[in-house]
Amino acid sequence: MTARRGLRIMQQRPDPNAGRAVVRHGEHLIEHLLRRAGFGANQDEIDDYMDLGFGGTVRRLLDYDSVPDDVDALIGKPGYVGITATGGFSPRTNIAHSRQRWLFRMVHTRRPLQEKMTLFWHNHFATAYSKIAGALGNEEGARYMAAKPSEDANQVKGQIELFREHALGNFRDLLTAVAKDTAMLVWLDGRTNIKGRPQENFARELMELFTMGVDTFAETDVYAGARVFTGWNLARPSNAYFTFSYVAGQHDTTAKEFTFPIYANGGRTIQSRSADAGQQDGSDLINAVAAHPATGPRLARKLYQFFINEVSEPDSALISELARTYYDNKFEMKPVVERLLLSPQFAESANRYARYSWPAEFVARAIKEIGWTGFSVNDALTPMVNMGQQLFEPPDVAGWDLGPNWFSSGAMLTRMNFASQLVTNQKFNLRDIARAGSQTPEALVSLMLDRLTAAPFAREPYQALVDYARSGGAWTGSDAQLVVKAPGLAHLIVGSGDYQLV
Amino acid sequence: MPITRREFVRGGVAAFTVSFAAPAFLCDLARAQGRSRRNLVVLYLSGGNDALSMVVPYTDPQYFARRPTIFVPAANVLQIGSDASGRALGLHPRLTGLRTMFNAGRLALIQRTGYQNSSRSHFEGTDIWSTADPGVPQGNGWLGRYLDTLPSPVDPLTAWSTAGTIPRTLFSNRVPVPSIPNVAGYAFQTPNMGIGNEVQFARDSAQRIASHVPVDQPHLAFVNGTAQAAFATLDRVTTVGTYQSTVGYPNNGFALALRTIAGAIVKGVGTKVFWVQTGGYDTHAAQAPNQANGSYNTLMATLNDGLFAFYQDLLNQGLLGDTLVLQFSEFGRRISENGSQGTDHGAASVMMAMGGGVRGGIYGTAPNLTPTPDNPTLENSGNDVQYETDFRSVYAKVVDSWLGADSVSVLGGNFRPGAPAIL
Repeated sequence: MTARRGLRIMQQRPDPNAGRAVVRHGEHLIEHLLRRAGFGANQDEIDDYMDLGFGGTVRRLLDYDSVPDDVDALIGKPGYVGITATGGFSPRTNIAHSRQRWLFRMVHTRRPLQEKMTLFWHNHFATAYSKIAGALGNEEGARYMAAKPSEDANQVKGQIELFREHALGNFRDLLTAVAKDTAMLVWLDGRTNIKGRPQENFARELMELFTMGVDTFAETDVYAGARVFTGWNLARPSNAYFTFSYVAGQHDTTAKEFTFPIYANGGRTIQSRSADAGQQDGSDLINAVAAHPATGPRLARKLYQFFINEVSEPDSALISELARTYYDNKFEMKPVVERLLLSPQFAESANRYARYSWPAEFVARAIKEIGWTGFSVNDALTPMVNMGQQLFEPPDVAGWDLGPNWFSSGAMLTRMNFASQLVTNQKFNLRDIARAGSQTPEALVSLMLDRLTAAPFAREPYQALVDYARSGGAWTGSDAQLVVKAPGLAHLIVGSGDYQLV
Repeated sequence: MPITRREFVRGGVAAFTVSFAAPAFLCDLARAQGRSRRNLVVLYLSGGNDALSMVVPYTDPQYFARRPTIFVPAANVLQIGSDASGRALGLHPRLTGLRTMFNAGRLALIQRTGYQNSSRSHFEGTDIWSTADPGVPQGNGWLGRYLDTLPSPVDPLTAWSTAGTIPRTLFSNRVPVPSIPNVAGYAFQTPNMGIGNEVQFARDSAQRIASHVPVDQPHLAFVNGTAQAAFATLDRVTTVGTYQSTVGYPNNGFALALRTIAGAIVKGVGTKVFWVQTGGYDTHAAQAPNQANGSYNTLMATLNDGLFAFYQDLLNQGLLGDTLVLQFSEFGRRISENGSQGTDHGAASVMMAMGGGVRGGIYGTAPNLTPTPDNPTLENSGNDVQYETDFRSVYAKVVDSWLGADSVSVLGGNFRPGAPAIL
């Protein structure tokens, strides 16, 4: 493996390709693609995607509808990462189980880009379980966040399933679905938005966070927007579940005037309509904010930072191109992401390891690269809280603080300690793998660096790894030595700053 | 871009590796820099605190008229006297501990704090309060800029965020601030615990890796800096874990963070600036300030019980005089309630300062809640409270009189005029 994939050490300059003389052509690019458009890849997956090539892999990732969505059926089966559920696994009613199911999917899905976009939308439309549970109870909270229609007596579709369904779909359709989503109607209080007493929460965040961005609208737009969505409330059929209901009697039928165009002809006023027809107000506004000239570039920037680079200024030409793709395709996201993944910028070496991994990315990638037999994703849940990302619990409606904000001494220590926890669990598997590198400390370090697809290590940190491998006695390469040093090295690598970058 | 504002590495070489500074040395450094044991605890109420439910103008008839279902009854408030405009004020009934501090002269309430054209956005608003720059609320925080005025090398425990992340208020050019929400979890683990000297070998190696500072990869240098800060603070933070408080603290994240801060102060680890926050103030619906488990009532209970335990603990330890708590929130809320028995985003709010050096009392004046266009205490057609005291003047007072730095350079302007004399 080492010889085939090459040494991950920088010689002098931090050129990601330096020191990697013997590598299958394109393998590092495929790894890069899978870290960005997925959650990393183990060697078997890399081999499969290598057969497809870069372009073929991009197509496979984009056209995920052609790949069976069978991952949930694997939960609890031998050969896959474990889950922990006392009293039955019930992700529809127990949020800790919902979190485990999602982590399982990140590790084992055959549709990694769909899962990655689901995470993107979860952050974009950031909704926290705790408020839903506080309002409706814990089981109902999990239900409206994570239930799959196929497992719910009333075919309730939890919010995350909405994001999964629309992962690369039409953004305007997604906005409409989100505006009617039960969890969102609780989260931003739309369920209490009624005529005469409008509720501004959803209308404000629709413009500020979901589409156009801050400073693109006026306070009067917030007031008008709140009135647009009056009557977009919840009903409870048969006392069995909560669902969106347009309550005509609670809709404010007067005209709503905005400071930006609502209609293609430039009209800025949603004219007065009858109460029965009033739901169209919301559709008009959603269309307008999806089409607003600030929305495309804003989405493009977020996607650029999510997929390409968040450590230097975005490439403004590419941002414009992506925004144009968004408008030209009437808000379809798939052509935008396709354009992005196939752009020359995506493949550029300067854009490799140029993102700070989210805790979910870090955890899923570490599990995929280190191994999982006998490990339960349940044991990642508390560390993820301390890394700053509890799934289904973003800190507020703006989502998580990304980029360098993921990192602080406490969060970094938690990442190091999660690495320790995982490799401790995988000690004997790592020993077995390490036998292929038992000749010298250097061979073992190279083997571990290679398996863990870390960014190229500079000389001094590399030497720190070799010195660690040498410490404590003469090198024998025995199993007794490997069972200490292989997990020890895996811990140091996964806990390094270099590994936190993807 | 975030990295440039947080970049703390300067220089022309491609990469270098810093030698690791031993914790013992840093302790000495902390002591040397700690001539003054004074510390500042910044308390952020996240979500936009409804000042009118916290400091209630209970004789203003418009308060009751505009909040028909969520007013706090006059009979229930904890009376604290009148402000300079003659408006009688009462604390929320759940704030009994704060009234004790107020009566002891240790709590200052600064009404109607804010700035011109207040942002109604949580995120922009928080950035403005963090940077003290309503014009361009980006880049480093006001306390990060204070940290940058300290002589090098700055001890890595000079600031301490008890939140899981570093707030923008503490973003600085060259001081990597640790976030330590949980002292017990702040330890270095390895897969080879108890095997020979493996733990030490692993720690030595991890510290060497973290000490690598590639100047042309500032993002990697930044991440490595957070690991370095962890190694440089681990051992001292462990001592805080042994702290025995003199009073019981409530069992919630906010109170336990304050307990940790008290421990750090008592153990003398050298921290000058602490950050603590508590959330849930975005009360758009079912604000219920009068019900036992109502959301605003619960917020006040959490605030009061945690802060009062902290106050008593430091009083018992004889260290209240070293401590200043400064509270803020990103905005106040609309005066009139909405249709959900809640309040939407508004403008000016209230700040508090608490500590042994505080000159307690009521500062500033309450708004007149009558929604007439010419009412100078209101803005936005009478919907929101207009600020009276620029929040930056409060910061200026704290920087000049408590931290002993120059507020003009830290805040990028002279905000001393009009500063309330809270210290």
